[in-house]
Amino acid sequence: MADGTLAAPRPAAIDGTRANGMQRFARRRSTIAFLMALPLLLVVLGLVAYPAGYGIYLSTLNRRMTANIGLGNYEILFDSDTFWDVAFQSCVFALSAVFLKALIGFWLAHMLHHIPAKGQRKWRGMLLVPWVIPPALSTLGWWWMFDPTYSSINYILNIFAVPSVPWLGEAWWARSAIIIVNVWYGAPFFMIMYLAALKSVPEQLYEAAAIDGATSWQRLRYITLPMMANIISITVLFSLIVTFANYDIVRVLTNGGPRDLTHVFASYAFQVGILAGNIPRGAAVSLFMVPMLAVCAFFVLRGVTRRNKEQM
Amino acid sequence: MSASTVSKAEGIYAKAGSLSSERRWALWTAYASLIFAAIIFLAPPVYMFVTSLKGSAEVANMTGNPWLVRNPTLENYTTLLSNRPFLKFFLNSAIITVCVVAITMVISILAAFALARMRFWGSQFLATGVFLTYLIPDTLLFIPLYQIVGGLGLLNSIWGLVLVYPTLTVPFCTWIMIGYFASIPKELDEAALIDGATWPQMLLKIFIPVAMPGIIAATIFAFTVSWAAFVYPTAFVTTPDQMPLTIGVVSQLVRADTFAWGQIMAGALLAALPPVIIYAFLMDYYIAGLTAGATKG
Repeated sequence: MADGTLAAPRPAAIDGTRANGMQRFARRRSTIAFLMALPLLLVVLGLVAYPAGYGIYLSTLNRRMTANIGLGNYEILFDSDTFWDVAFQSCVFALSAVFLKALIGFWLAHMLHHIPAKGQRKWRGMLLVPWVIPPALSTLGWWWMFDPTYSSINYILNIFAVPSVPWLGEAWWARSAIIIVNVWYGAPFFMIMYLAALKSVPEQLYEAAAIDGATSWQRLRYITLPMMANIISITVLFSLIVTFANYDIVRVLTNGGPRDLTHVFASYAFQVGILAGNIPRGAAVSLFMVPMLAVCAFFVLRGVTRRNKEQM
Repeated sequence: MSASTVSKAEGIYAKAGSLSSERRWALWTAYASLIFAAIIFLAPPVYMFVTSLKGSAEVANMTGNPWLVRNPTLENYTTLLSNRPFLKFFLNSAIITVCVVAITMVISILAAFALARMRFWGSQFLATGVFLTYLIPDTLLFIPLYQIVGGLGLLNSIWGLVLVYPTLTVPFCTWIMIGYFASIPKELDEAALIDGATWPQMLLKIFIPVAMPGIIAATIFAFTVSWAAFVYPTAFVTTPDQMPLTIGVVSQLVRADTFAWGQIMAGALLAALPPVIIYAFLMDYYIAGLTAGATKG
């Protein structure tokens, strides 16, 4: 700023002819602005919009990518049982994992909010650790904990006289294992978001409620939840997108097994498109995520713009 | 907060006593849940650490508690740190991350400044587009990108990853930088304009220093995302020589026939160390970046 004062006055200001100078200024300003945003535009167009269009085109080709077969890949997928298993597993996984994450995150955020402010930082720091470790690496740890012969989780279960669980060997247990790991990884994120939202609820509302003799349930139902509704929905929808499109955990933990029963869209697309080399069909598989993602994205965007308007 | 004021009015309201006992009970529940959650949340990393201290004989030994280590050894760490491929993974990750963070911050600071302060045709549209791009997951586009990167001859190269990672980082960083820049009072740039500052001067001398917390938060975000990226390297890189850490640890260390669990865990922990260290020292910025997306936006 100090340098700004020392800078020589611009000639335009001296020239007089104010309107003309302002016009030139405005013209220059928007040009500069466009140039500054150009790299971003290139990234968005070249690495997101173009691949998206190209992906749709790819999905209409045959395996060798020599002829256009229209919706052939989609028809083949619709006829395959594995594909429906994948669709079912993706939905079960995303919905149950997000539900559990939201529930646990909400509970923990509340508990954190209740304890004296001095200790909150320490607890928050500790509870966010699962979110900080790259998921591909922490899933390796879980994989080892689920190991059929050496499972340390089964060791603890056995202490409480619970029989060992074939974690990654049976379809439903493997599905649960994937959900457990995802909840473990994602719940801290929900906790942090909800804690930030809780802190933004004005204290006076609770004081007023306390004077009116509201019970803690009533305070939660009529103050906390309405005040947090927007954040809750944004976080849930955002997490639905990320969870629905998850790849790392499935890849490391089960790699789709047993018998392709734990594949989600992303890992199945990888399997078909990259590993089996059928790129068009892989592209078709991943495009099946679009409807779900589009719906979530629409509501997230609506929630965020509404929130921005409120804050202005 | 109101417990003390309420208990002063004892006698008038019989409720007073029950209120404070209710509070004590709530506090007790809070600590119990937090301790329980902390045990569950920290168990996997702790178990990874415990395993990484075990020799292979102790890992294979099925008698006794797997959660305890009897003969701690640093052997796994020393073999890894003298293991050329592993060090190469580390180097690859470091090069990729540094490049991606630099590219991301330049692109997103410039764009956010333009979008937040200098309106131009389509700028509002572009801002919304940026947010939508952030909502597109990497698993949606990795197959067309695989073809595109392949067409450029950048498969099996860290530079292919440097090219595509900005799709993961730039949208969110731009988005939170727009938020931070928009929160800077307009009077500040009016004053600078009156003093004859040019736009680049304004960005360098006012916006960047004032929005420093936002820039740090965005940098941390870009760092953690490109360090942890998994889908793109798994798809684009198959030669161990060019692998970053995540896929290197997952595919190369695990490949051994006799599962060297101690070594795998040591590798995973070492690979996770940089983001964890950054988190430990810059936790507040980290959390600011995390919550900025929805609470500030």
